[in-house]
Order: sequence, then structure tokens, then C-alpha cells
Amino acid sequence: MSDKASDVAQSEKIPVTVLTGYLGAGKTTLLNRILSEPHGKKYAVIVNEFGEIGIDNELVVGADEEVFEMNNGCICCTVRGDLIRIIEGLMRRKGKFDAIIVETTGLADPAPVAQTFFVDENVGKKARLDAVVTVADAKWLKDRLKDAPEAKNQIAFADVILLNKTDLVTEAELREIEARIRGINPYAKLHRTQRSQIALDQVLGRNAFDLDRILDIEPEFLHTGDHDHGHDHHHDHGDHHHHHGGLKHYHDEDMQSFSIKTDKPLNPDKFFPWIQDLVAKDGPSILRCKGILNFKDDPDRFVFQGVHMILDGDHQRPWKDGEHRDSKLVFIGRDLPEDRIRKGFETVIA
Amino acid sequence: MTANKMAQTDTNTPSVVDRTRPVAAGAPVVAAHFLGRTAAFVLGEEAVLLVSDKSDETRVAVHSGGIMSATSDGERIVTGGDDGKVVSTGPDGQHTTIATDAKHRWIDQVAVGPDGAVAWSAGKTAYVQSGKGEPRSLEVASTVGGLAFAPKGLRLAVAHYNGVSLWFPNAQAAPEVLDWKGSHHHVAFSPDGKFLVTAMQEPMLHGWRVVDAKHMRMSGYSARVRSFAWTAGGKWLATSGSEQLVLWPFQSKDGPMGKQPQMFAAFAVRLAVVACHPKQDVVAAGYADGTILLVRIDDGAEVLGKKPGTGPVTALAWNATGTMLAWGTEDGEAGVIDLG
Repeated sequence: MSDKASDVAQSEKIPVTVLTGYLGAGKTTLLNRILSEPHGKKYAVIVNEFGEIGIDNELVVGADEEVFEMNNGCICCTVRGDLIRIIEGLMRRKGKFDAIIVETTGLADPAPVAQTFFVDENVGKKARLDAVVTVADAKWLKDRLKDAPEAKNQIAFADVILLNKTDLVTEAELREIEARIRGINPYAKLHRTQRSQIALDQVLGRNAFDLDRILDIEPEFLHTGDHDHGHDHHHDHGDHHHHHGGLKHYHDEDMQSFSIKTDKPLNPDKFFPWIQDLVAKDGPSILRCKGILNFKDDPDRFVFQGVHMILDGDHQRPWKDGEHRDSKLVFIGRDLPEDRIRKGFETVIA
Repeated sequence: MTANKMAQTDTNTPSVVDRTRPVAAGAPVVAAHFLGRTAAFVLGEEAVLLVSDKSDETRVAVHSGGIMSATSDGERIVTGGDDGKVVSTGPDGQHTTIATDAKHRWIDQVAVGPDGAVAWSAGKTAYVQSGKGEPRSLEVASTVGGLAFAPKGLRLAVAHYNGVSLWFPNAQAAPEVLDWKGSHHHVAFSPDGKFLVTAMQEPMLHGWRVVDAKHMRMSGYSARVRSFAWTAGGKWLATSGSEQLVLWPFQSKDGPMGKQPQMFAAFAVRLAVVACHPKQDVVAAGYADGTILLVRIDDGAEVLGKKPGTGPVTALAWNATGTMLAWGTEDGEAGVIDLG
């Protein structure tokens, strides 16, 4: 885990927003919107399909989406080789732009993009991942979640999800697809949009990967306030969904998320070996994880996040007087060994 | 990490700092070369700054955007830009466009070879222009990470994902591929052409003995190796990427296989750039805090060339006789040290 004192201040780094979404969901519409609104900011844009951007922008760079394996083929240590090259190149023109937007192809896995910022030291020094924003097609996402693992990855990985083209479906269908999204990723900010219309501060400048912003890792839907549901669990695994006082909760067949919480302080000498061993062995199935930790005899909150096998963490700030000291961890992944992770976590309690 | 360890050289280290002619680069320096007695500083955007031995400065705008790559054969500088152009610039500032990419793609890599041959790459395609006529091209499986001409004959090494292609542009035969898993960047032949070395995405170098493609792994670095160079006569390979100067022995026919590197000039911060003296076993080492040390390989003796500054050293170059050393930093500091 990194030593923050020696890092360049986060604020001096160029923020990078990653736009994902299955083919035709509305990524390019969102991108054109970002570039054309009068926000006074300049964006360097890394695109895969040249010519789809309708806005004059001298800093549009074509990318090849080259996913490179590092360390002799470890699947979790994949990076985007083209991004390393392009971001280094763009830094030659530092001062000419305020932020970078990376548009991925519809079939892209967001993990190598995110991992690039943690694995490549030079990129990590100059740029920071701001958020993964996924645009989803309200009409077709349900089908894509069945037949396209990439679409599911993009939902699972997202910090912000635009459920787009909501005008093409009914309210009931919308609720259904939102529930399916929540079944995969309950932690992302979810917005309903038409023609990718959204306030830009909802997609840019999110600081979703900033350790200092890992404050609140409750599932997003618990405090949005727009759904009311009582907690009477009737697990009905026959059709993989159950009802919470009206709101359907789907359990996706292969992509899950869960959280662990405890009021008991953790033993750091046990926690670190455990989490490192966990991501070393189960990294391929853990897409993302994050947590706020309360270590025994430690006056500071510790925060961490991970992408597959890569972990990043630091002391964040002292626990405040009267603040409830507890530990929360969140895992999102494919076929997660939830019972094993929970049992393992029990052993690191001090 | 290194936060509480001050980066500093011994106060008794001899210094040549007072022989420096400062140069007002005013922009990040990405490369330096000598064209005769004229120092050429390649800046991050648009310009090459030419500084004569009388300190006359000429700023020449050669690209209309960022400069992605630069090299020199001692008579001209060849640069590749994000404007899709390959430009040759002489010591008098005269410059000509050698090629313009049809799709205005970035020119990621450039190399110069024997008899005035020039190579460049855009994306997955490498081009060679030798003599008159159309450039020849080679498409490889991934973006070209580095280019280098063999010291003799018209043969180009093209580094890419999972290896290096050795290409005879004038031959019909398919290129020979030296394979090694991973992403390969900067590539260079040893001065006798017997070895080929690449810097990888991982903190290591990979080498091949060209005659039999025998592998050489050179690892143990704390970061990606961004700069390496052979010392005079090719005896040692001087490398950056660690908190010291790491030198791999290349005197024997097996190169560094089974041998340990020599290490000098241990420091609290990382070595960023190396440049080898053209005649003596001396290496100029530029560090991440802006310090430059001249290191003699025989005994490890150090001479201070530049005190720490605000940014890392990004460019170092000796003139052909080894009497001048040009340097530049990411923050736009630059200078020429007169040692003659």
C-alpha cells in the first residue's frame, strides 16, 4: 500500500474520467455534451472511434485499446498499454487541458483501464482516476446483462451509472432494470437520463478513487430516499429475486456484491496478511473492493480500495470524538466466495 | 519510502557546477543532443532550442504541438510530433519535414541509422526512409514501443508487445521475431551489434544475443527503466530505474548472463537519465531531484554536475569529444557544462 507523504498532491494530478457503456448506449452523446457545454474547461479526449465526436477539439487522440499483461501473464495485472503512451504524450502539453476523458469501446473491460493508474508509476504520478462512468441503455440493458459479460462488468465496475433512454421504457420497466443494476452494483450513483442529459458535476470531478473520499460506503439505494422498503427477507432463489415491500431485489447469477461490518476493532497484523492473501488468490473474481477500517489502538481511520489484485490504502484521518468507530468493507465481483471471505474476516478481529 | 531521507551528495564531492552555462529553456526539456559544438534541447512542445558554444540561443518551432520523440546522428536532430510530422533540424536551425502521417497520427518513435536512414512509427506501423524514394513500412501486432537501427547494414529493430521484430527494410523476407512476453519500450543494439536490449513495462530490461536469440534478463529495479546506454566501446550497459547507477557487464561474449551488475552512486532518490561519455568509462547520471553526478566506473569516483533543483533531470547528452555535457529538466531548467 502506498505511502501518501511521498506522493504528489492529488489535486495537482490531472483527473481522468473513464466512460464505458455497451454499444449504442449513449457514450458518444454524453461525450459530445461534455465537450460542448459552456463550462470553461478544456478536456483532452482519448477515443476509439475517430470521427464520432462532433466538436472541434485539438486534443482528441485515437487509441487502440491495447490490453497488456504484465508480470508474465498474470491476468489481474493487465494494463492499457496505449493509455500509458498517450497519457505520457499528453503530459507534454500540460497546461493545455484541465482533465482527460477516456472513452472505451462497448466491449471493453474497465479493469485494465483502472489498473493502469495504479500499476504504471509514471501515469500514476501525473494523472489520477476520477471515476468510471457507465452509460446503460434502459431498453436493452436487461438483454445485454444476459448475453454480454462485458455489459455486466461495466455495471459492476461503475462509480456512476447513467440509465439512459428512459423515454423508451415504462416506469415499471425502469424500476425492474434499476433493481437488476442494484443486484450487481448497489454502490454506484444511479441517474435516469434521456439523450445522456445530466448535470456535468454528476459525472466529472467525482473523486471516486480518492482514498480521502471513501467516507460513505453504504449501498447507494439505502439513502437515496426514493424507494421505501421494509426488510422482510423472503429469499426465493427459484427466480433470483425477492421483494422488499414492493421493490424487487434481484440477485444476479454470477455478479455479486456484499458488505461486511463490525464494531469490534481489527488487528492490523492479521488484517493486512489476510487481505493481501485474499486478493492474491481471489483477485480474478474481485472486481473492486473498498473499506473503512478501525484498527485496535489506532487513533486514525484507515481506508483502502482495490481493483482485482491491486490494493491501495492509507491512514485517512483521526477518528472524531463521539464518532462511531466501526469497520466496513465492500466487495463487488464475479462468483465471490462470500462465506469464505466472511469467515476469513472473523479471524482478523482483534 | 524516501520522504524522510534527504537526497544529498557528500559535501566533499568535487564539483563542476561552476562551469555551467545556464540555458533559459523555459519549458520542459524532453531530450538533448549535440550537433557539433551546438547543444540542441528538444522541448515538450513545438520547439528545439539550439545553443552554440558561445551561448547564442536560437529557438526553432518545428512542430505545431507536442514533441513525442527525438534522436540525432550528430549532424541533425530528428523529431516526431503529435502533429503527425517527422522533422529534421540542423545546427543552424534549418529544418525540413521528412514525412507527414496521412492520418496525422502521433509520431511515437524515431530513429536514425547508417547512411542517413530515418525510421519512425505511428501506432502499429514502422517506416524506414533510406535514400530517395517512398518509405517502406512494416506493420507489427501492437503499437511500436521503440525503434533502433543496427550499427551496420540497414536493419531495424522494432519493439512491441511480446518481443522485437528485426526487419531488413530492403529485403522481402518476413522479419525475424525475438520473443519475450510483455510490453517492450526503448530498444537499443550494443555498439558491436551483438546484443539487443529493451526496457520493459515491468521494472526490468530484457536482452537477446542476436546471433542465437539467447535471453538475458536484467532485473532488480525499483521502477521502469526509462534510460539506458552503453559506455565507450560497449563494455558496460549503464541503466536508470534504481536509486543507484546500475551497470551490466557486456565485455564477454555471453554479455551479462550469470553475472552481477556493478552499482555506484547510491542515492536517496531514483536515477532518471544516464548518458555515457563517448571516450572514457564515465557516466553522467541525472536523478529525480534534479541532481547530476558524473561517475567514473574504474573507482566509482563522483563529481557533482548539478545541484538538486525543482524537477527531475529529463535530458543528458555529451558532445562527440566528451568536452561538453548538456542537461535539461522537466521544469525547464537547462544548461551546458564545459569540461574541456
